[in-house]
This record gives sequence, C-alpha cells and structure tokens, in this order.
Amino acid sequence: MQEFLQQLVNGLVWGSAYALIALGYTMVYGILRLINFAHGDVYMMGAYSALFVSGWLTAAGAPVAQSPLWAMVAMLGAMAAAGLLGFLIERLAYRPLRTAPRLTLLITAIGVSLFLQNIAQLAFGSEPRSFPELIPSSTIVKVGSVTLSNQQAIIIAVSLILALALQVIVHRTSIGRAMRAVSYDREAAALMGISVNRVISFTFVLGSALAAAAATLIALNNPLVTPTMGVQPGLKAFVAAVLGGIGNIYGAMAGGLVMGVAEVMIVGYGSSGYRDGIVFAILIIVLLVRPTGLFGSPVTERA
Amino acid sequence: MDLVRIFRFAAVITLLLALQALFASGLVNPYYVRVLILCCFSVMLAVSLNIIIGYAGQFSIGHAGFYAVGAYTAGAFTVYAAPPIRQALALDRLPGWLEGTAFLMAAICAGTFFAALAGLAVGLPSLRLRGDYLAIATLGFGEMIRVVIQNVEAVGGPRGFSGIPIYSSFFWAALFAVAMVWIARNLARSRHGRALLAIREDETAASVLGINVTKHKVAAFVLSSALAGCAGALYAHYEGYLEPRSFDFIRSIEIIIMVVIGGMGSTTGAVIAAIILTLVPELLRGLAEYRMVIYSALLVLFMLVRPQGLFGTWELSWETLRARWEKRRERP
Repeated sequence: MQEFLQQLVNGLVWGSAYALIALGYTMVYGILRLINFAHGDVYMMGAYSALFVSGWLTAAGAPVAQSPLWAMVAMLGAMAAAGLLGFLIERLAYRPLRTAPRLTLLITAIGVSLFLQNIAQLAFGSEPRSFPELIPSSTIVKVGSVTLSNQQAIIIAVSLILALALQVIVHRTSIGRAMRAVSYDREAAALMGISVNRVISFTFVLGSALAAAAATLIALNNPLVTPTMGVQPGLKAFVAAVLGGIGNIYGAMAGGLVMGVAEVMIVGYGSSGYRDGIVFAILIIVLLVRPTGLFGSPVTERA
Repeated sequence: MDLVRIFRFAAVITLLLALQALFASGLVNPYYVRVLILCCFSVMLAVSLNIIIGYAGQFSIGHAGFYAVGAYTAGAFTVYAAPPIRQALALDRLPGWLEGTAFLMAAICAGTFFAALAGLAVGLPSLRLRGDYLAIATLGFGEMIRVVIQNVEAVGGPRGFSGIPIYSSFFWAALFAVAMVWIARNLARSRHGRALLAIREDETAASVLGINVTKHKVAAFVLSSALAGCAGALYAHYEGYLEPRSFDFIRSIEIIIMVVIGGMGSTTGAVIAAIILTLVPELLRGLAEYRMVIYSALLVLFMLVRPQGLFGTWELSWETLRARWEKRRERP
C-alpha cells in the first residue's frame, strides 16, 4: 500500500508536467485543428533556455541555489524565451499556410519539429547537459515510507497554479473570450471584429510558455537536457490531450495526470519495457471506445 | 498486346539482372549500390503508403509498424523455421543461390502475410475513425507494434535482431519496387481503385452510390500493410540486422513526407519523392552537422512554396505527357 502511494506521488509529479505540455497541444488544436508536432521541441528549447538563464544568473553572481525566487526567475526567463519561439514558429511557418489543406500544415509542423531538434543539436551539442540544482532537495512530508520531496511538491503546486491561471485567462479575460470564440467558429469571430491572427499568436505564446514551465519543473527532478528530450514527453502529452478530449482544458489536465500515474505504475508493477507501450494502449482504447476523449463533446468531424 | 506485355516484363528482368551482374562485379562503388538499394526500399514504402493516404484519403501514421512486422516475421522465419525445414527436406543438396532464393520467397510470403494480418487487426477497428483521430490511432498502433517487438527476447528485444542470413540483393529490391509500382497503378485503374478515389473525394456521396465504404477502406489498408511487410521482409534479408528503433514513428513520418512531397495520390510522384528524399540526405553528407538542419528547413520551405506536392494528383506516363504536349500544340 505504501509503495502504491509512493508510486502515486511519483506519477502525479510526472503527470502534472504532462498536463502542462498537454495544455499547449489542446489549445492549439482547439483553435487551429492542428496537431502541433513541434510542441515537444518547444518544451526541449524551454529546458535549454532555463539552463542558460540559470547559468547567466550564476555567472552574474546571483545566489541561485539559495532562494527559490531565483528558480522562479529562471522559469520565467525560459517561459519568455519559449513564448517568443512559439510566436515565431506560428508567424513564419504556420500562418502562411492558414488556408492550405490540414495535412500540409501537419507536415510543416513535423518539419519544424525536426528543424528545432537539429538546430539544438548543432548549437548545444548532442551530449546531455546537466541542469544545475536550483532548489536543493529535501523531504518535507514523510508518512510511513511514503515521502514527498520539496521539489515534487513544487512541481505539483506550480503546475496547479499555472493551470488555474490559464483557466482564469481563458474564462475571465477578453482575450480568453476571443480565444474561445475563434475556436468555436473562426469566420464568425473574424466578423465580430476579433483579430484572429492575434488570438492565434497569443495561443501559441501561452502554450509554449506553459511547455517551458513544465520543462523547468521537470528539470528539478530529472536534471538531464538533450536535443531529443522533447520527443517522448511531447508524444505522451499529446496522448494525454486526446485522452481528456482534445480542445478541452480540464480534459488535458486530467489526461496528463492519468498518463503520468499510468506510466509510473506500469514501471513499478509491470515491466519497464512497456513504459512507452502503456501510453499508446490507453490511447487506442480511448479512441476506440470514446473517440472524443473522456471530457470531449461528441462531434462529427467534417472531412 | 499480350506479347508486348511479356516483352516488357522480360526487358525489365533482363535489365535488372544485368545491373545486378554489374554491381556484383565490384566495378561500381558499393556505397552507390547501397544508396540505390535504399532508394528501392523507400519507393516500396512510399508507393504502398500512397495507396491508403493518396488513393483512399485515410491518413495513417503507423506505416513503419507494418514494415517492422514484415521484417521481423521474415527474419524470425529464416532464423528459426528455416533450419529444420532445410534438414527435413534435405535442401543442402540444392545449389546455394537456389536455396537462398527459395527461403527468401518463403520469408517474403510470411512477412507479407503477417503484415497483412496486422493491417487487418489495426484497420478494422480504427478505420471507423476519421481524419485526425484515425491518424492518432494508427500512430498509437505503430508505436505499440514497436514496443511489443522491443519486449520479445527471441528477436533480440531492444538490442536488435542479428544473424539473419543475407538473401536479398539489388535485383530483388528493384524487382519488388517495380512490381509494387505496377500493382499500385493497376489498382488506381481498377474498380476497387475507383471506389477508393470516390471515398477520398466524398465519403457520404460514395456510400450513397452503393460503395461499401468500410470494406474498401479496410481492403486498401490491408493491401498497403501487406506491401510494407513485403518490403520489410526484403529489408531484413538485405541488412541481416534489425533494430526496433529504426521502426519508430519518425520512420513512419519519413514515409508520409515522401508521399506528401510527391503529391498525394500520384504513384509516380511518390516514386520520385522517395528517390529524392533518400538521395538528399546522402548528398548533404558533406555538410556534416548542418545536414539535418538543412534537410528539415528544406522540408518546411517546400511545404510553404508548393503545398500540393511535386505532382499533385498528376501521374507521369507516356499518355499524360503526350496529352500535355498536344494540348500545348493546339494552343494558337
């Protein structure tokens, strides 16, 4: 039982990071009907940005490891950098294809993904880099043999706060209302005077910033950064978004948590060889039983 | 007419045999031969995927999975089933090349059959889905196939499957590539092919016309998987070594890129794109670390400049070329 609880805690830690990445997928899909394959690589770039920002801070003499405030600065820096990257990707690669067939857009997204991976390999080298310890690890809760470290608590708490912040942005601000309008009906939204391009840009910035936040948080726990680190989390977060009903923000969060827990459980109780398999098994079952996901509204897709 | 066909067939065989003899003689740089053979595999994969994506308009991102099924079952056949068969039938008395060819053909049959079976198992449930959901489901199945293979110790698990005898060669790869192009083009002109095109253009209209949409979609999916499995079987007996990682979803995506760049629905387009996309990374080899950066940048640029692909749905053939030329002449 205690082992189960420990696994649950570890699963929730991974799951909250998946949830943050999944939010980016789900928002972009909701608004553009595009599976943004480059999102996992934006996550990777976010991790490198956080690495560099904390490096610069240390070089500038800031006591990075002493106060969580500096970790926060590193995360915000990474979020800003990734937001800019998301904006540029949308502006340069996706916007010219706004009226093109969706498959073309998908291939472009794949191209952007490959491009980011290779540019990262070129610029930062292919060998893994280790992330500095921003927040020294310590156990804050211990019940029996179940432990929760401060890092794990921070990952879960910050993810929750960011997800709630997103919820507020989408449901309580005028740009959020515009986002919902564009995702509901782009042409009608444009006729109502909403600047569709600006809303789409904003969505990309928001989603990319969340991915960078996830990257910084995960780096607390898993301090290795490589150019291809975004591929598997990206794929899994995407599955999480589908699981929750793509286009649905609550769904993406729930899907991310389920995904993280399922993955950790299969490693704990099954075989670690099936770590990647369980994710896709869940995906297939969901798609066959309830294609619109756990929280998606049933829609018939037009070709 | 039939005589022309027989003559054409004989000419292709002779040409390929002559090339094979030339390559075997060692006069040509083995690196060039290898690239040429890799082009043949790319052509087989692109042409087979084009059947489901281009003709039927059903987006599948799991093609590498069926390629893997074909490769691994064929490899497992020659490694585990062939020795007892050889002993039981006393095949040692056959000349080596004949024995190798016989086993290669049997392995291809096994690989094709199991890939078709996998295609049926994947296609039946998932072809109910449409558009993006179908794409995601096939992606999931493709990755599942890879994960399962990775966990089967008998075929090497994550370390890879080595020790597969090398039976295939340029001749076989090229012959099967030509055969698949021929199958795909005949399919497009057949009743089944027309039904697929109708489904691609408008599924509802097609079903109103009395086309059994599900049946045709699944049949196309099975055919496409079977051809990929056949390519996999040849690949297993060309490399002699298989690695689960080389059948991941990036590989599926490479094949999709070939189909999309060629122009979806155009078999000749798929052939040319497959060759170009195999050659470009090789040609860029001199640029070392810039190679993949340039490759991916070219891909994005190409999609921005020519979203419909090289050929669109246009096919390259004597007839279409002549039609084009005559149209141009008629213009004043």
